[in-house]
Amino acid sequence: MMQKLLTTDVLVIGGGLAGERCAIEAAMAGQEAMILSLVPPRRSHSCAAQGGMQAALANCAKAEGDSTTVHFLDTVRGSDWGADQEVANIFAEEAVVAVRELAHFGVPWTRVKGGKNHYFIKGEDVDIDEALEKDGLITHRDFGGTAKWRACYAAAGTGHSALYAIDSEVVRLGITVRDRTEAVALIHDGTRCVGAVVRDLRNGSHFTVMAKATVIATGGYGRIYGQYTSNATINEGTGASIALDTGIVPLGNMEAVQFHPTTVVPAGILVTEGCRGDGGYLLDNEMKRFMVEAEPEKQELASRDVVSRHMVQRIRDGYGVESPYGPHLWLDIRHLGEEHLRTKLLEVWDICRDFVGINPAEELIPVRPTQHYSMGGVRVNKDGQAYGLAGLFAVGEAACWDMHGFNRLGGNSLSETIVTGRIVGRRVAEFVAGTELRADTGCAFDALAAAEKKAADWLARSGAGPSVYEIRDAMGETMMHKVGIFRTGEELSEAVAEIGQLLDDCDNAVLRCKDPGINPELGFALRLKGMLRLAMTVARGAQARTESRGAHFRTDFPLRNDRDWLSRTLVRWGADEDSPSFSYEPTGIIDLPPGHRGYGSDDRIEMAETLEHHNASVLDEQTGHGRLPSTEEMGSRLKRGAWKALSG
Amino acid sequence: MSTKDKARRLKFEIFRYNPQDENSEPHMDVFEIDETPFMTLFIALNQIREKHDSGLQFDFACRSAICGSCGMMVNGRPALACRTLTTDLPEKIQLYPLPTFKLIGDLSVDTGTWFREMAEKTEAWIHERLPFDPEATEERMNDDIAAAIYEGDRCIECGCCVASCGLANVDSDFLAGAGLNRVARFMMDPRDSRTDADWFEVVAGEQGAFACIGLMACADVCPKELPLLDVYAYLRRKALSAAFADDQK
Repeated sequence: MMQKLLTTDVLVIGGGLAGERCAIEAAMAGQEAMILSLVPPRRSHSCAAQGGMQAALANCAKAEGDSTTVHFLDTVRGSDWGADQEVANIFAEEAVVAVRELAHFGVPWTRVKGGKNHYFIKGEDVDIDEALEKDGLITHRDFGGTAKWRACYAAAGTGHSALYAIDSEVVRLGITVRDRTEAVALIHDGTRCVGAVVRDLRNGSHFTVMAKATVIATGGYGRIYGQYTSNATINEGTGASIALDTGIVPLGNMEAVQFHPTTVVPAGILVTEGCRGDGGYLLDNEMKRFMVEAEPEKQELASRDVVSRHMVQRIRDGYGVESPYGPHLWLDIRHLGEEHLRTKLLEVWDICRDFVGINPAEELIPVRPTQHYSMGGVRVNKDGQAYGLAGLFAVGEAACWDMHGFNRLGGNSLSETIVTGRIVGRRVAEFVAGTELRADTGCAFDALAAAEKKAADWLARSGAGPSVYEIRDAMGETMMHKVGIFRTGEELSEAVAEIGQLLDDCDNAVLRCKDPGINPELGFALRLKGMLRLAMTVARGAQARTESRGAHFRTDFPLRNDRDWLSRTLVRWGADEDSPSFSYEPTGIIDLPPGHRGYGSDDRIEMAETLEHHNASVLDEQTGHGRLPSTEEMGSRLKRGAWKALSG
Repeated sequence: MSTKDKARRLKFEIFRYNPQDENSEPHMDVFEIDETPFMTLFIALNQIREKHDSGLQFDFACRSAICGSCGMMVNGRPALACRTLTTDLPEKIQLYPLPTFKLIGDLSVDTGTWFREMAEKTEAWIHERLPFDPEATEERMNDDIAAAIYEGDRCIECGCCVASCGLANVDSDFLAGAGLNRVARFMMDPRDSRTDADWFEVVAGEQGAFACIGLMACADVCPKELPLLDVYAYLRRKALSAAFADDQK
């Protein structure tokens, strides 16, 4: 029989890029790390990142003048000033190292070819000379919302190559990976996290892992949008959910949900922003490039939130292409030519062939926006330390670190995984070096017994209750249609009521399958309530936030409101509490004053207080909201005023 | 999309066995569902689980043919279920788990352990020449070499080639298409310090490229259409040149 209690120094929950990079850092510091993963780690959703990884190496001609400061500016503007600006700066500086480290680990980045190169830029066919002295350095492609070409890439399989390189390091270092396992509860005493209860997805049994430090790296919660997501089936927000269950650790900005402009219809599979970065167009039913008028400056390459809204508006205005699966628009990459499509965008070629049955060199791709990325997640300080529970950390999409604010730029998430894995991994290692494993096995066995009881209770229920899959589908419909790209107070109220009803239904749902062992229906049932609770935090957060910022757009409050809402939403909701409690903290120390993003609307309600006044109380206020001290003082890595030299 | 007026009624015969259930015996179950436009085996299997038998075990993650979770035998041939359109299949669809991997239950097999062991055995990581210097500009690489490495890097470790391999089905240690492709990927990478001679044992050994009996089903079934024939030729050429170089010493 499997051992019921395991121990390790560092327990990493999630085997994607962020989690694995974090475990590598701990292992390199001589600590024992264990990675839990729902799937073999190379199947994690990081592998789906296609088009690129942002880092200001400034190697190709169209990247000339780029710097970490420009990257910082793009990221904060992209976030619609929702980001923590110090974190955005740390990120921009370290992204450069992260990309080069991946080259060292084996990623075959596409390289600069010195001499004449052929590109498509804003509808024009242009030849550009790449400097011969840059030949062989890592090159860049254009992505949305950036002033310079900055996305480093390996065809359209960048995440795949990065994940394989990082997992190779995990194997080299001999790090223990337990694939087909799922953390179902955190073990803690109210102030300190000491591990997790785990369900073994090979046989359905539970066990506990006690650890000096625990890292949540479970990715996003896109599957609360049911079928309306580009996310893998495994992106069910389990890490955020078990953190929320503690009632101590808050989740940040759950209402900040990104919709990606180009998922193919009807499969709902994403094709990369690199299609537009490399010169692809969006067309309506009259074959018109509507983005040229909508966003004269950035055109198809405005930020994702802005492009998605223009697309949905275009469809609402009657310019959508009708299909049995509802209206869509077209993505046109025919002019890029077959050779380009079968090398630089090979994965897009495959998706078009396999799932739409078309040749993208000759035919148009049917696309529309779909849920894609979770800006919200486990709220952490700049070291990745979760608010409220010492020894609990979070990295990557599962975390709200928070460099994305209310809209993430394409290519920034892949960089974030490695950057945050490196930085947080180091802090985890320091934490572990200075602590003992508290062997309070009593609290571990209590948590284990509770998890086993939960599973037994599901199996014991009988009668004619609803099926867990019906509840999941209803949740997806509510979330997409009432907590989607355009939101209104009225629809959000309906959504809150509907999700409340589904939570009740979940308590009465009955399993059809009572088989011993893995029982896939039981596995899903055990996650369902957590998913509904996350859905509720998104809907309630969106309902409360009476402004529009980044991806959170309220048609009844269309302006960004820096006077009242320049804040981060925090939500706590213990597993035994009836309803979530919301509070709001300042986003962080502000260096770049709120202004126009350079795309989208320029109308907003201005901040009333001065920056000095605002910044003076950030540390005290965040500490009041549960922030634990960081190793270095707040603001130490903000390059104050560096941006002034750029914007003149 | 099917252009026929009347939707087909699909008849699935699916292998069932739950090793965790002492009452379970290996057998086939039959399920009938109506075909819908753009139906893939991902859609069909989820429909069967959600409407007919919620105990049915199978694996999907990305459902877009990039994560490699869903390899299974589809009418006798290894394939990724997520990208298999039912319109490309007859009305009767027989599904078995991939052979050569340990069965977890029904259509679910343990590919993770196989690929981790393969990576350990072949030391499938960059053997660095120098430690990483975070201050330094990246080492240069010709873009054509980067593209060639990327081609080798595209394997998604779905296991279809292993399951299709006549040798891997009788010799569980054979590296098979995926393992040898990974070896070739590191051999051609100038960042890796291993020489052809270092690789000799792996490539020319009993589990290596010369053990292959040349049926090449691996190349036929690879969902990423990796040029596995070229990979084998490359490895044999490299091994031979290393052997001759050794003779001349």
